[in-house]
Amino acid sequence: MKASLTARVVLAILFVGMLATPLAIRQVSARQEEAQAKLDEGQAIARYGFHLQEVSQPAGVNFVHQAPTLDAKLEGIMPEVASMGASVSIVDFDRDGWPDLYVTNSAIGSQNHLYRNMHDGTFQDVAAQMGLADVNQAGTGVSMGAVWGDYDNDGYEDLFLIKWGKPELFHNDHGRGFTRVSEAAGLPPWINANSAVWFDYDGDGLLDLFVGGYYSEKLDLWHLHTTRMMPESFEYAKNGGRKFLFHNLGNGRFEEVSEKAGIKSNRWALAASAADLRGTGYPDLFIANDYGVSELFLNEGGHFREAGEATGVGFAPKSGMNVAYGDILNQGKYAIYVSNISQEGVLIQGNNLWVPQEGSSLKYENLARDMGVELGGWSFGAQFGDLNNDGFLDLYLTNGYISLSRSKSYWYDFSRVAGGNSKIIADAADWPAFDGRSLSGYQQKKVWINDGAGKFVDVAQAVGATDIYDGRSVALADLWNRGVLDVVVANQRGPLLIYKNTVNPQNGWVEFSLQGSRSNRSAIGAQVTLYWNGQQQIQHVSGGSGFAAQNDRRLHFGLGKNPQIEKAVIRWPSGKVQTVDNLVPGKLYNVREAE
Amino acid sequence: MSHGVSIGQPVKLEAAWKRFFSPSNRYLSPLLISCVLLVGQLSYGILESYTRTLLAIATSLVAELILSRIYMGKWPNVASAYITGISVGILVRSPAFWPYALCALISITSKYVLRVHDRHIWNPSNFGIVAMFVLASGTVAGLSIQWGNFVWPMIVIWTLGSAIIWRLRRFHISATYVVSFLAFALLRSWITGDPWWSEISPITGPMYQLFIFFMITDPKTTVRSKTGQCVTVFVVAAVEMVLRLHQAVYAPFYALFLVGPAAMLLEMWMDARRARLLVAHA
Repeated sequence: MKASLTARVVLAILFVGMLATPLAIRQVSARQEEAQAKLDEGQAIARYGFHLQEVSQPAGVNFVHQAPTLDAKLEGIMPEVASMGASVSIVDFDRDGWPDLYVTNSAIGSQNHLYRNMHDGTFQDVAAQMGLADVNQAGTGVSMGAVWGDYDNDGYEDLFLIKWGKPELFHNDHGRGFTRVSEAAGLPPWINANSAVWFDYDGDGLLDLFVGGYYSEKLDLWHLHTTRMMPESFEYAKNGGRKFLFHNLGNGRFEEVSEKAGIKSNRWALAASAADLRGTGYPDLFIANDYGVSELFLNEGGHFREAGEATGVGFAPKSGMNVAYGDILNQGKYAIYVSNISQEGVLIQGNNLWVPQEGSSLKYENLARDMGVELGGWSFGAQFGDLNNDGFLDLYLTNGYISLSRSKSYWYDFSRVAGGNSKIIADAADWPAFDGRSLSGYQQKKVWINDGAGKFVDVAQAVGATDIYDGRSVALADLWNRGVLDVVVANQRGPLLIYKNTVNPQNGWVEFSLQGSRSNRSAIGAQVTLYWNGQQQIQHVSGGSGFAAQNDRRLHFGLGKNPQIEKAVIRWPSGKVQTVDNLVPGKLYNVREAE
Repeated sequence: MSHGVSIGQPVKLEAAWKRFFSPSNRYLSPLLISCVLLVGQLSYGILESYTRTLLAIATSLVAELILSRIYMGKWPNVASAYITGISVGILVRSPAFWPYALCALISITSKYVLRVHDRHIWNPSNFGIVAMFVLASGTVAGLSIQWGNFVWPMIVIWTLGSAIIWRLRRFHISATYVVSFLAFALLRSWITGDPWWSEISPITGPMYQLFIFFMITDPKTTVRSKTGQCVTVFVVAAVEMVLRLHQAVYAPFYALFLVGPAAMLLEMWMDARRARLLVAHA
């Protein structure tokens, strides 16, 4: 070294400063987290505009999810391979104007529950009475999720039951019961799926159905001939289940047309949702894949073109587990939220918030870090909704993978096998046994409120979302017709949680219940752009979003203080555009598509 | 990883390809790691992003140029800094940008600060990456899962890497480590009762390919004697086994972090002792 002693001392000091930089950054983050102390209801409403109270027990809901037990060959890693199945979807199955809940169970012989809204703050399980309870019988597989759509346009929402096993379609008999029509509809005998979406992909006025396979459909997970059933890669796996696109023929039957329509993939789909991302009038389909890149199938008049890489969303492989759309900047454009895995010190994938870039071609930029919604632990279901009615969409995220031992972690074993060659990772026999250890368990949830200026802040602990169950599915609905969005969370091997929302009454709201005529009766795919106080926000009726979830079909807009609504412009799936004027805040509008 | 290959011999009348693949070509290692990066990125998109890797490389090069000029009084050959930057760009996984710049900066600066008898004793990128794993674990993870996980890319990289390391006369280091790792994997499997395949699984991943071909073979931070080099990497594998039994995810990096400088210091002490003895005998 030719430099002087002074120069060397200066360099040494700078070097120590470099080493201290991450610690300083961590310190600042820790202080910000400390600021999220628990608040009482009044304080939370005063500071953030809302407060959540968990009310499942007083509401008469005491559902606890039971996980599946698969083939004994998988015994050592059963917590991992059987880590899904808890789901919730919201539907007004009896058309009484009050949202009901359908909740899946996943042990052989366990019962699914259909909670009818009793209008008095309570729910009553009517699944058995309606014929939707005993759907997890041995030999037929078990439930993984449910999506609702009126496939025959009779005015009542029908149920597609997503299973690892025999997929089931139930026809809603005018809210008085359900008839199983799976064979008549032409569904295949077995799919190991976790995602499904109702949408009218070809604009013929009939709801079609997408089903995304996870495990290969060739596997009966209760009677395995081989242990080589795991993904061949942690991030490049293409040995998952195939994709199905069931075209509604209008006579109660469906034709499988995925390949003909351009959807061909054997990636491990965990979540899917459809929305018209380009204003073409045809819904595009986004698939979040585990063990790989996301896929975006752009709908070109009823034929799909995969454009994940071209649009930027399908380049970096992660562990996609959620698809939710939200106009987070009130610009009339959807951002897409995809959840992934982040575990301190081991795997920092970060969740993705795909925000469309300006320009003529569809390109997305991941702004999760910039906007503050990147790190959410082992993230699962998430939904956008204006939780405090301030006029900007917030984001509720549940997380936590496997909570067993509080002191022992499986992460070391997970990381060494996941990083290995396909021959090793793909064989369940090569995976060390769990032995009661946790894998990203006992995690705190995230409730990110949107400041409208490009930043989200986590207020989960402050506003009452304090559970640490292994969350899977999140659905939002105004459960008691109060003009606020309540939150329902389904937890793996845990209770169904209902977070009742109390919102600052000074913030206005308006809701829309849409009914198609030329379009599908559920109005799935209909978009409402609301104009008020010089701003706009777009929302659409979804046939399934989040992770194994479906929000209420009614659209809820928060409006902030002193709202003046200019108009709502509805673009129906048929292409018809309808403008609704003279709207006042604080009302639910039932809008039927003009003939 | 810092391959400034120092074995230089005049080569006359050799074919151009032979000169290119000679141990004196200090651009061979940078070329290899660039090929690995390109193949991995073009076939599998292994990088967090181009920009983050470029940031690590640029930071590394600029830091090397400035620090060498100020502290060594000369403009450096930047081949070794390039390898450090590209290693950081591949091995560090973070959605943020700053860890790439900071890790590269710490890596290069460590060469100028942590010196004994005017030699730096830590492999620069090993030091930088371990510093990030320990100090920035909330933002940074290591490359542990990406590279396709398939057999053909692995065979190509192992073959190409082995050939080049052979030409650089350091194959014995990589081979000793691999054999030691496999033996210790067998021992770990016997101790823990876990499947042997799960114990050898890590070495089939990309993190180890970079570790074996670029990090443990770094001439500047390995001892000089061939036997010493083999013993050192055997001890690295042994310490790694102990760390693995304690479930350290980044065990190889920590093991090299501990053993590498210790071996260097031991060699310096032995050299000094030998010199004293020679003086005494004289």
